[in-house]
Amino acid sequence: MNRLMERYLRLDYLPTLFCPGCGNGIIQYATIAAIDKLRLRDDIACVSGIGCSSWIPCYFNMDVMHTIHGRALAFAQGLKLARPVKNVLVFTGDGDCLAIGGNHLLHACKRNINLTVIMVNNHIYGMTGGQKSPATPLNCKTKTSSWGTYDEPIQGAELAINLGATYVARWTTAHPVQLQKSIEAGIKHRGLSFIEVISQCPTQSGKSVYGSKDPAYILNYLKENSSIYKEGMEHLEGKIKCGVLWHDNDRLEYIERMKGKIWEYVETKALGGYKQ
Amino acid sequence: MPYARYGRKVILQGNEACAKAAVYAGCKFFAGYPITPSTEIVELMCSEMLNSGGTFIQMEDEIASACSIIGARWGGKKAMTATSGPGFTLMQEAIGFAAVTETPMVIVNVQRGGPSTGQPTKSSQQDIYQAKYGSHGDYEIIALAPASVQEMYDFTIRAFELSEKFRTPVVILADEIVGHMREKLIVYSGEKRIRAGYRHYVLSPQDDFFTGNNTLVEGQLHDSEGKRVGHLPNRSAYYVNSINRKITRHIDEIEDIETFYMADADIAIIAYGSVSRPSLKAVKTARGINVEAERRMRLLNRMIGRKIDKNPYSHLNIGLIKINTVWPFPEKRLKHLAEKCKYIFVPEMNIGKYFREIERCLKESRVISLPKLGGDIHTPDEILMAIVREVGNSE
Repeated sequence: MNRLMERYLRLDYLPTLFCPGCGNGIIQYATIAAIDKLRLRDDIACVSGIGCSSWIPCYFNMDVMHTIHGRALAFAQGLKLARPVKNVLVFTGDGDCLAIGGNHLLHACKRNINLTVIMVNNHIYGMTGGQKSPATPLNCKTKTSSWGTYDEPIQGAELAINLGATYVARWTTAHPVQLQKSIEAGIKHRGLSFIEVISQCPTQSGKSVYGSKDPAYILNYLKENSSIYKEGMEHLEGKIKCGVLWHDNDRLEYIERMKGKIWEYVETKALGGYKQ
Repeated sequence: MPYARYGRKVILQGNEACAKAAVYAGCKFFAGYPITPSTEIVELMCSEMLNSGGTFIQMEDEIASACSIIGARWGGKKAMTATSGPGFTLMQEAIGFAAVTETPMVIVNVQRGGPSTGQPTKSSQQDIYQAKYGSHGDYEIIALAPASVQEMYDFTIRAFELSEKFRTPVVILADEIVGHMREKLIVYSGEKRIRAGYRHYVLSPQDDFFTGNNTLVEGQLHDSEGKRVGHLPNRSAYYVNSINRKITRHIDEIEDIETFYMADADIAIIAYGSVSRPSLKAVKTARGINVEAERRMRLLNRMIGRKIDKNPYSHLNIGLIKINTVWPFPEKRLKHLAEKCKYIFVPEMNIGKYFREIERCLKESRVISLPKLGGDIHTPDEILMAIVREVGNSE
């Protein structure tokens, strides 16, 4: 048995409810390895929403909150504001984060609050049985688009950059080591880090997006069809843009900004009014 | 901060009193979204949180406000939010989550007229059922209905106590009249110590985060370790029973009913929230109690409640039952209090909702609903005239 598995998983909760060949296990390992490397186990809490991706932290032997659909970021912001020195990891999916929780993503990114958001993008609503999600590519036949999707897919990472997240990366489950390093960097980063992980879902998106239900085929496809982006490099058309897409250390984090503003207020106005 | 045993008298608005009470009860996190008529709570909490070392955040919507206070409570901070009708509707899913994960949370609902945008600046009691049945699934909730600014203050403190004790969401069902009324009240300084963690009422894990206990907060039905049991019928049923039972079995500790002039009454007015005030005035008018004289008599430490003068309602022996904890419904106590009453009148600022609960409970008496819609409160005369219409004039 893996050393980390014994220490970090609730062994009596196993087996997981993931389908065979699911990418969630890879993300679970990457997260645990990152937390173990940073030795943050007691100072980290995981918050997740609803969906396949949101079951990832439920097997962690840590403080975990498995909340309601789309609101993981709202719960996490409350937790973070209550305990600003601790780290909060948010697990969310493409439907959870981009569809129902879009408003919370917008405001969390705009606030640049110190959270690490791991958005697992499997291009489909897996738990409900294979319906179209906001990230489903064009012309995919799903259960709710039997004639092929015609909604322009939302690119989570690019959206997060535009909304104001200060550390944005995208990896696939074919890049577990890079993903782990990105999670480490995201936890260390002060500000909202948004890590999009493109994950295979052999059961549902294997059928409607990739055309094969073989997880090895999908992993190979992801590996071959991704190009790792480095600053100043040109992006190849038609490939998945992987890598650290945005890293901005200059923008102040929300709680720092809030405390700074309160001190400014206290020093300039409130203290002047007090009678000693 | 020095702890003042005796409070000081101030004049405050209901909403302001609520915010002050939250600070006194140890609220350290407030998330809100402005909505008429509860905006003053959000406004005052902004500065109060700054003064008391808590955190205030204006969230993007009411859903996020309700969710973030649950998050903050698991971070170990007592938390509250305030809203009104439409916002309360948005919060329902989070209330269900708090009920199933047994998270203490306090929600102030300053009711306004509905449905939808309805009457933003007018009062109503239309959310009475939404408070109990708003979220899906079987759960019990505690709801308190204040009728004065002092009660708004006291009930907010009590809401924190009850929510910590029973680990359940508690709703303060105020209305616009109470929220915007200015009255004299007694406030305390310092911070009240509220005991947390009554293990025997609760089934779910309840250790705060970052205490090294590896808490799993699970929205699915779960066992005492947080492990999901949603796929196991027996254990799921046990869990749902357990979160309902912890309230219904301890109703004696929760319920709070005040009675006025009920000793010899055969007609009772049952009211909650601000409507209980014109009802009390109606009772006093019928009994010929001059409010000024009563006050003078109290000063002289004499007997109160004596009939002073005759009026057209003198033949009515009216009493008032004021229900402060509207949910859980205090059925047993109410049966006991109203057993002698032939007529029960239930004035409400809605189409007649709570009346159904009372009718179901008091089958022996004739229960008559006195609904009033439109945003205005009943006048004492309206209540008395309705009673006379039903009971008849004196010979």
